[in-house]
Amino acid sequence: MYTILLALLLATPPPDLPLIQPADLAAVLKSEGPRPLIIQVGFHVLYTQAHIPGSEYIGPGSRPDGIQQLHQRVDPLPRTREIVLYCGCCPWERCPNMHPAFQELQSMGFTNVKLLYIANNFGKDWVDKGYPVATGER
Amino acid sequence: MTSAIVLGILLAATPPAQAPSFALTDLHGQKIELTAYRGHVVLLDFWATWCAPCRSEIPRLIDLQTKYRARGLRVIGISLDDDPAAVRAFDQEFKMNYPVVIGDAALAARYGRILGLPVMFVIDQDGRIRARYDGETDMRAIERAIAPLLKAK
Repeated sequence: MYTILLALLLATPPPDLPLIQPADLAAVLKSEGPRPLIIQVGFHVLYTQAHIPGSEYIGPGSRPDGIQQLHQRVDPLPRTREIVLYCGCCPWERCPNMHPAFQELQSMGFTNVKLLYIANNFGKDWVDKGYPVATGER
Repeated sequence: MTSAIVLGILLAATPPAQAPSFALTDLHGQKIELTAYRGHVVLLDFWATWCAPCRSEIPRLIDLQTKYRARGLRVIGISLDDDPAAVRAFDQEFKMNYPVVIGDAALAARYGRILGLPVMFVIDQDGRIRARYDGETDMRAIERAIAPLLKAK
């Protein structure tokens, strides 16, 4: 219970976060340039229905096991690796997953992390906008 | 709350679609089959334990279930949590007075995809979808939607 309450308290990110807008990430995906590592830190059913092509499902950032899996996934990477986190489970200011995941990457020393700003939810702010979508487990 | 999405899509202009059927076992081992709810008005709530807007809505849904049970309202929760144990703990903590089943991507897809939480459906006595609400919803809007469908007092 305390874990959930803590996650909810941490759910509101401060205003100085390194955000990336959906249109800007979609442009990156369309370009020939290097791609960031894109990680979904939301819930699995959402990922399976629709996710950003090439993104990896890692588990909810609000849960200790999600943070542990995130840690294990990125630990071997150079701390300058560009990483984009996204969720889209809920309106931005009420998402319990993004901020704990961001905090974990910060504490690990990653210096090039961006947070995909999804104002409402992944359906409305990514899928309905016509940005690229994949389904299934990968 | 200011940015809460409240999209009540009333389907009055076209014939309401039939709600996709399902048969799932709830947290207490009871089989929940949507077709068995014909004759009742069903509020079908897709939610998750860690979803803040969902958590805000659950006590209001509990109240709605109490208030309108005699008039034929039945609330069914479909959790999209990855961890069923968290759902069981939540169910006990909040003393939920309606059944909760664990959903999956296939069921979500049949309901038009659930790409954000919560999502609620109003289903009439004939099993037709009368409304869909995306995001935290003012329960007064829900009451206005179900009132004409429920039995008279």
